[in-house]
Amino acid sequence: MLEFFTEPLSFPFMQRAMLEIIIVGALCGLVGSFVVLRGLAFIGDALAHAVFPGVVLSYAAGHNIMLGASVFGLLTALGIGLISRSKRLSHDSAIGVIFAAFFALGVVLLSRQTGFRQDLGSLLFGNILGVSRQDVLITFVVGLVIVAVVFLLLKELTLVAFDTNLAHSTGYPVFTLDIILLLLVSTTVVVSLQTVGNLLILALLVTPAATARLLTDRLNTMFALSVAIAIISGVIGLYISFHWSVAAGGAIVLTATVLFAVALVFAPQHGLLSQQLHRRQGKHHVHHFHAEGEDLEVH
Amino acid sequence: MDSEEALDRLPVAVRDLTVAYRDTPVLWDVDVSMPEGKMIAIVGPNGAGKSTLIKSILNLVPLTSGNVTIYGKTYKAQRSMVGYVPQRGSVDWDFPTTTLDVVQMGMYGKLGWIRRPGKRERDVALECLEKVGMASYANRQISQLSGGQQQRVFLARALAQDAQIYFMDEPFAGVDATTERAIVDIMRELRESGKTLVVVHHNLETVPEYFDWVILLNVRVIASGPVEEVFTREAIQKAYGGRMTFLPDSVGEPSGPLRRAESLGD
Ligand SMILES: Nc1ncnc2c1ncn2[C@@H]1O[C@H](COP(=O)(O)OP(=O)(O)OP(=O)(O)O)[C@@H](O)[C@H]1O
Ligand SMILES: [Mg+2]
Repeated sequence: MLEFFTEPLSFPFMQRAMLEIIIVGALCGLVGSFVVLRGLAFIGDALAHAVFPGVVLSYAAGHNIMLGASVFGLLTALGIGLISRSKRLSHDSAIGVIFAAFFALGVVLLSRQTGFRQDLGSLLFGNILGVSRQDVLITFVVGLVIVAVVFLLLKELTLVAFDTNLAHSTGYPVFTLDIILLLLVSTTVVVSLQTVGNLLILALLVTPAATARLLTDRLNTMFALSVAIAIISGVIGLYISFHWSVAAGGAIVLTATVLFAVALVFAPQHGLLSQQLHRRQGKHHVHHFHAEGEDLEVH
Repeated sequence: MDSEEALDRLPVAVRDLTVAYRDTPVLWDVDVSMPEGKMIAIVGPNGAGKSTLIKSILNLVPLTSGNVTIYGKTYKAQRSMVGYVPQRGSVDWDFPTTTLDVVQMGMYGKLGWIRRPGKRERDVALECLEKVGMASYANRQISQLSGGQQQRVFLARALAQDAQIYFMDEPFAGVDATTERAIVDIMRELRESGKTLVVVHHNLETVPEYFDWVILLNVRVIASGPVEEVFTREAIQKAYGGRMTFLPDSVGEPSGPLRRAESLGD
């Protein structure tokens, strides 16, 4: 039994993969919490797609894929910020159209490369078993910066997420803070690309945070749970991938999804089960709460 | 009235203000002065531009033309003097945070970047919650508050801003009579200590009872001045247009029986 866990770790490539997924899990859990709180899943997806041409270009030139990805990530974050400046960050077909086109550009660029079939797989779905020491180191250092920024601006990012008008009227530069958040998301996407790849990165960003949101109503608890769930999903997914020889990215995301499904059903307050119970047994309770709740709407 | 010195003493002066979302102007050539130490009602039908007027004073929407001064200076220079109670529906009450945290947000402006609220902020926030009768809810999740309790929390947050001028967008929306009275009492206390309150209000019936000053608005300013002078049947009819089927019987005589004007909306 113990061997199940220890055996993979005797391989250096698995050690690196474990380290990498733990760092990436922590980052995605943390930054993903803001993505969920702000309802930015769509924009996160656009960001992930838009960095693809950068990935392909630096791959073709023989550079680290994070290099090209970060250039495109930076441009995209600024672009999205500008597009949604007038309307605040929200769903916007312009964003969808433009960044789907970026992705198409990446595919076209890639098809010009020889041997593109094998590479396509690793670029789209990640190649965590192939991360180098250098990759892990870069992820760690960039990750430290991301964590530091989030920690320093926690108060500001939370204020903007909850009440933009108050933030604005008390003098916080909401647009700048939005851009900072977008940069945090795009940087997280860039350093996480190698773990689960371009197509699945959104899941790692959103699913653990959404799971955490189901489990708690406290902000700090949500951050902590989100980070923990992302790391656990990553580690379990890696073990599954190793023992049953399935794609690591897929296994990681599916693990996260299973945890989400469990939370969706069993979460103490927001879970489907407890809501059902509430509706049946708690009828009394609910009525009582409303009566004392002064919830009389006057129209 | 408009001399430099007079402007300095005026909490809010709005001059030739026009605001448009896309192409349609929602405020047109608005020109109002709001005097110090008064409770001022902004009254008008749905869509009249009441919230927009407050938002343009607070720099939350771009002005097409005109300008706004707070004690003679721009909003930017004076924002620490201003407290704001937005319409309740403007935030997500499912956001994972507590009552106390929301009240502390009122102090973020003065705290400035990066500094976190500490014991002092916590004490002030609790004090403000105490004033609105919500101290025992300090650690409650905001999603578990009723509409009236949410409104009180917003009020406590504005108190925590410790301002000279308070803007409140429909603070009585969806609250029961007890809460309404509690809120009015707090407003009066603020007025007694020399603060100015600008309140979007929907119930015409209570305007004479609660307010000293009224601004009747419907895209343009229909009337603006002391309630007993300008809050007339004629002005109300003009503000509410043809949709005013019932009229308060004796507007201008605060003791008279007034009928609710709310049933008239669209
Ligand atoms: N963000 C926006 N974009 C476009 N139009 C808007 C926006 N906000 C308000 N409007 C429009 O501006 C007009 C004035 O809106 P405002 O919210 O100021 O009215 P109000 O007097 O506060 O109404 P209510 O009594 O319903 O709160 C309305 O016609 C509204 O449709
Ligand atoms: Mg309004």
